[in-house]
Amino acid sequence: MTETLAPSTAPAVRRPLTSRRGVRILGGLLLPVLILIAWQLSSVLGLVSVSQLPSPAMVWIATVDLFDRGELTLYVAISTQRVLIGFVAGAVLGLIAGALVGLSRAADVLFAPTLGAIRAVPSLAWVPLLIIWLKYGEESKIVLVAIGAFFPVYTTVALALRHVDRHLVEAGRAFGLRGVKLFTAVQLPAVVPSVISGLRLALAQAWLFLVAAELLGASMGLGYLLSISGTNGRIDRILVAIILLALLGKLTDAILGVFEKYAITKWA
Amino acid sequence: MSASTATTTSARLAAAAGGAPGRARAATGTDAAFAVEFARLGRTFAATAPASARPVLRDVSLTVHPGEVLAILGTSGCGKSTLLRIAGGLDSPSAGSVQIDDSPVTEFDTRCAVGFQEPRLLPWRTVAANVALGLPRGTTRHAGRACVAELLELVGLTAFAGHRPAAISGGMAQRASLARALARNPGVLLLDEPFGALDALTRLKMQDLLLDVHAAAPTTVLLVTHDVDEALQLADRIILLGQEQVAPDAAAPGATIVQELTVPGNRPRDRGSAELAELRGRLLAGLGIDRHGDARGVASSTGIPHFPY
Repeated sequence: MTETLAPSTAPAVRRPLTSRRGVRILGGLLLPVLILIAWQLSSVLGLVSVSQLPSPAMVWIATVDLFDRGELTLYVAISTQRVLIGFVAGAVLGLIAGALVGLSRAADVLFAPTLGAIRAVPSLAWVPLLIIWLKYGEESKIVLVAIGAFFPVYTTVALALRHVDRHLVEAGRAFGLRGVKLFTAVQLPAVVPSVISGLRLALAQAWLFLVAAELLGASMGLGYLLSISGTNGRIDRILVAIILLALLGKLTDAILGVFEKYAITKWA
Repeated sequence: MSASTATTTSARLAAAAGGAPGRARAATGTDAAFAVEFARLGRTFAATAPASARPVLRDVSLTVHPGEVLAILGTSGCGKSTLLRIAGGLDSPSAGSVQIDDSPVTEFDTRCAVGFQEPRLLPWRTVAANVALGLPRGTTRHAGRACVAELLELVGLTAFAGHRPAAISGGMAQRASLARALARNPGVLLLDEPFGALDALTRLKMQDLLLDVHAAAPTTVLLVTHDVDEALQLADRIILLGQEQVAPDAAAPGATIVQELTVPGNRPRDRGSAELAELRGRLLAGLGIDRHGDARGVASSTGIPHFPY
């Protein structure tokens, strides 16, 4: 009967150091700061030539320069837009296909082998085809990102639905639930946690496929920045693009992580 | 757990079910108790190898009267649960038929409510929301909430209405599961070892609770159990499922009714009654348990055995 105790009378439980919010944030920042220090030291001490690895200050100047030209904002915006549109499209299609294959034996028999084979195709293999079919426009990149986001969602949803506790489904049916009602009352809540972890995987894969798309055929975006800087030998700009990709990927993943936490306390 | 609580609950349940128009009522909850009739029922499970189909039940013919409490006893794996599942439309017979109220059982028949062996509560719903899952279709929100509150009161879970199943004990979860089955206000209540996982004392309390509920709203109850005492305490009639001996060393494959007995006396029965003790010995013998005392010359009829045994 712990709930009858007033909060003040409950014994104070010391939370372990590693689960405190401040400690977690500081601990996570520790390694990047160390890397930054090592980087700065190596350029100051001349361990690596500046032509191989520019100093942090040079990378910062390159960032400001790109920002002043208006290219940085444009590239980040266009890349984020491609990822988001492609991710949403791929995830929605993945959810539908996963639900179909996970719930229906017939759909499993008909579609699962083909989808499994398409999934095995490496991302770069699609690029020439998509460029010929959809030209250099936005569609080709968004379609590639959608392909990347589709499969993690499809696989996790189909598997999770296949493994929903049969006892619970039977209990639901025994109490008169069927069809859509059974799905929303029993099967969907049961798979919500795995759907969200599938979404997180899909988002990571969407950024991966974005860079693949932009490296090979684009006139804007972070992948384009990488490709053009590689041709020009601008290592500082390459580093800018890599750091931005890391930050953007981490940021979007963190947003989904908050949503995941909420969903797990609600459904699991 | 007084009888008056049970009475008001059944009245509310009736009101909840009756609140819907008659058409909806016929399809879902009902105040009536239905007869269940098994006719030469058989069930064979298809096996992976074609030649090794496994007969579980054969030739089960039985009529359960409306409002009767029938206990189904048998050794583990003899097909008790299968018989119950067939009665509820969760499984279908390979031979013969089952009828409830003179019409064949449909798939997941809405006239039945099932209390499973495990609680089978939805982990993301509160206890109250889980109980509400059992409410018949067409119950109004208000009536439903009142009904759930009454049932939670009845099973002693009012204080835990807002808890998730993971936060309550196994016994509480089982009680919530029983409340969910009762919320259906079913014509036939199917209970599959509902108290099997409970501790001994909780089990006795739950048996009394079930008797209270049944006395207030006499529905037909099919109770699968492996506990002979529970069967004797609760049932009007007990059937013993087992394999029939066709030869001295051979049994026919598939279980059927090998014993059927009417339990004497009215409920609630004296748990220490000698008459029941005698029946208990007989049932245990039927289950293949040596009672270690049959040959001691005590009259095997009614009457209190005298010391020394």
